[in-house]
Amino acid sequence: MKPIRKRRLIFIGLILFAVTLATTAIVYGVQQNVSYLFLPSQVLAGKAKTLQSFRLGGMVQKGSILRHAHSLKVDFVVTDGDATLPVQYTGILPDLFRANQAVIATGHMQGKRFIATEVLAKHDATYMPPSLREAMAKAHLKNHVNVANAGGAK
Amino acid sequence: MIPELGQFALILALLLACVQATVPLLGAWLEERSMMAVARPAAIGQVVFVALSFGILTWAFLVHDFSVAYVAQNSNLTLPWYYLFSAVWGAHEGSLLLWILLLGLWTVAVVFRSRSLPEAFAARVIGVLGLVSAGFLLFTVLTSNPFIRLLPAPLNGADLNPILQDPGLIMHPPMLYMGYIGFSVAFAFAIAALLGGGMDDKWVRWSRPWTNAAWGFLTAGIVLGSWWAYTELGWGGWWFWDPVENASFMPWLVGAALIHSQAITEKRGALRAWTLLLSIFAFSLSLLGTFLVRSGVLTSVHAFASDPRRGIFILIMLGIAVGASLLLYALRAPKVTGGKRFAMLSRETLIVIGNLMFVISAAMILIGTLYPLIGDVFGLGRVSVGPPYFGPLFILLMAPIILLMPFGAFANWGRADSRSLLRVAWIGGLSGIIGGGLFAFAASGGIPPWRALLGSVTAAYVIAGVLAYAWKRWRSVPAGRRYPAEMAGMLLGHFGVGIFLAGALLTSSLSIERDVRLAPGQSTLVGSYRFQFKGVHSVQGPNWIARQGTIVVTQNGETITRLHPQKREYPRGIVQTKAAINAGLSRDLYVALGEPLGNQGAWSLRIYDKPFVRWIWLGGLFITLGGFVTIADRRFRVRKTVDKDVPKSLHIESPSKLRESTA
Repeated sequence: MKPIRKRRLIFIGLILFAVTLATTAIVYGVQQNVSYLFLPSQVLAGKAKTLQSFRLGGMVQKGSILRHAHSLKVDFVVTDGDATLPVQYTGILPDLFRANQAVIATGHMQGKRFIATEVLAKHDATYMPPSLREAMAKAHLKNHVNVANAGGAK
Repeated sequence: MIPELGQFALILALLLACVQATVPLLGAWLEERSMMAVARPAAIGQVVFVALSFGILTWAFLVHDFSVAYVAQNSNLTLPWYYLFSAVWGAHEGSLLLWILLLGLWTVAVVFRSRSLPEAFAARVIGVLGLVSAGFLLFTVLTSNPFIRLLPAPLNGADLNPILQDPGLIMHPPMLYMGYIGFSVAFAFAIAALLGGGMDDKWVRWSRPWTNAAWGFLTAGIVLGSWWAYTELGWGGWWFWDPVENASFMPWLVGAALIHSQAITEKRGALRAWTLLLSIFAFSLSLLGTFLVRSGVLTSVHAFASDPRRGIFILIMLGIAVGASLLLYALRAPKVTGGKRFAMLSRETLIVIGNLMFVISAAMILIGTLYPLIGDVFGLGRVSVGPPYFGPLFILLMAPIILLMPFGAFANWGRADSRSLLRVAWIGGLSGIIGGGLFAFAASGGIPPWRALLGSVTAAYVIAGVLAYAWKRWRSVPAGRRYPAEMAGMLLGHFGVGIFLAGALLTSSLSIERDVRLAPGQSTLVGSYRFQFKGVHSVQGPNWIARQGTIVVTQNGETITRLHPQKREYPRGIVQTKAAINAGLSRDLYVALGEPLGNQGAWSLRIYDKPFVRWIWLGGLFITLGGFVTIADRRFRVRKTVDKDVPKSLHIESPSKLRESTA
């Protein structure tokens, strides 16, 4: 083989190797790191059983927010109209966290309770994540939550 | 009456854009000079009407014309005057108009700075820009008219989203848009070259400053956005891998690849097809970013009002633009090969490796960003992909770029001298380990965590490379010619990368973040700082009332600062946290109010000690500066090199373009 051709072959081989490596890493990375969103009824139906961590979506049930007296612990209940799930979180809740608002919590199940490590309520009072809005479409009828307005702004 | 004039101006602009998009392209094809001559007047006319329309919308905000629905939704009688200006681009319709206006500004700049180009080529560039304008104007007129009236007009408007009432947000969208749209010039250049069937190195030289400027603006926009998120969102983070952040970051990465590959193409004639492809990619990703932001298909902090028609329109536009340009590329790219060959060990190779890593990173981010959509379509459930995916992979993919960066400057074009590269490795490695190691020890006041060590070492390695090269030029080149603007830009940009690396990694490993409950008089120790809570009282702003806390920060008994974080309440009852930050070069002290707890005046507080966080944006500013300084290079001021009387075809099909590929 001519030296030039050989060098070119090595060069192409290296690039191919790098691209393959990167693609494998990317595909593996995505598969390892997707986080699923479930409603309380789906969690109770056992859909999240095998997952270490997942996201729980729903509405904060009215009158369910309970703060502990001397720590940053807070308990509340997330509902989707069909089922409810108690949630515990330690830390500072976002500005838009309040009763009858959409919320997405990341965490895991501990017994019958969901332990949240992160609680998100979106920036705009009228904004609801599209995925949650769809899933909540049924729940809204039962809870009298205004989902129709949920457009959102930056 | 006046808002209707605005809409009328917009429609006229659309018609002129259609003329600008069709006649010059046809003229270039038919070699009809009178038709090509339409390009410049049509473009200027289009921009004048867009500017008129934008001015009228701004005026509607300034006089509080709440009969215009867009003004009523995004403004308010109590809104301070400076936010009346930025409210114009505070939501979907207006920001689209801003987009078109900025595209117009780029077009005007191209109109005036393209006289040195062959007529047919300039006509094609302006024509393609016209196509882009026409697409966006059509989109605005059909789906996002900002001049729709409300009858009867409300007495007062709703309000500008409080989160946007921040100085950082006045400049963030225009900067970002300047960057996004700036890539349309590189795109227009690529399409014009493909249409003409040839590519002259002089034209590449002409297009380089445009790409650098666009990339500089994009960098500035991203840096501003990151800084705003840090100060405004109250989480103290500076990057979230949010879909919309990703949408701006993908064109940035491809843009970074593009400015490097354009340098090769201009100086060595090599990688022409690759440069063209990157130009198409950068612009396509800008369009994709628009689609992601506008359509509301992804869950994001930036999700604008979502109207399915808008999403579909942009998707169609994206499909046409990407499909047509890639088709054109497939048909014509084989013709535009050529250039000098290069050895395995050369500056070209290093840049090619860097380019590949940039593009793969962009692809990685694209996959992660779109995965929730794909998962949705294929019924894999509601999924999201977050920082655990993007963070480690991005670091992994960037590592080769960082490692090779110091060598790029030292390696010669064509064939590099391996001994001089070995010396660079020594200098970089030693200063990295010694300088970076010492710095990490000093910064963390003890044994540094591995991330902090890694950050300091890589930063010192990169910066040592930059300084070594600056020193080499100083020694070997006579005064006055040592640092031409292009090289100064490169040095500044690479230096910025070093600063950024130190900031990002030191912050992520040395930050102390505490959420605490404090009653008035109580204090807490965070790092070496004691934060004492003095309580909360009410303050009144122009259009908000706030509960304002007072926190006294002391270190070893000495008072460092008093911080006043706020919890603001805007009209419509929207609450907005305003963090208080004591900024410094080596650390930020950051306090945000959480919520009142109990009735003893206690509050939950979020307290951060963030070392070196400023370096992130400082590095970003250096990178921005690098992008802009490059433009000033004397080589880019092309003199008139084309004799107008020579038939255009001779320039386009000159024999040098038909050479076989050698590299």
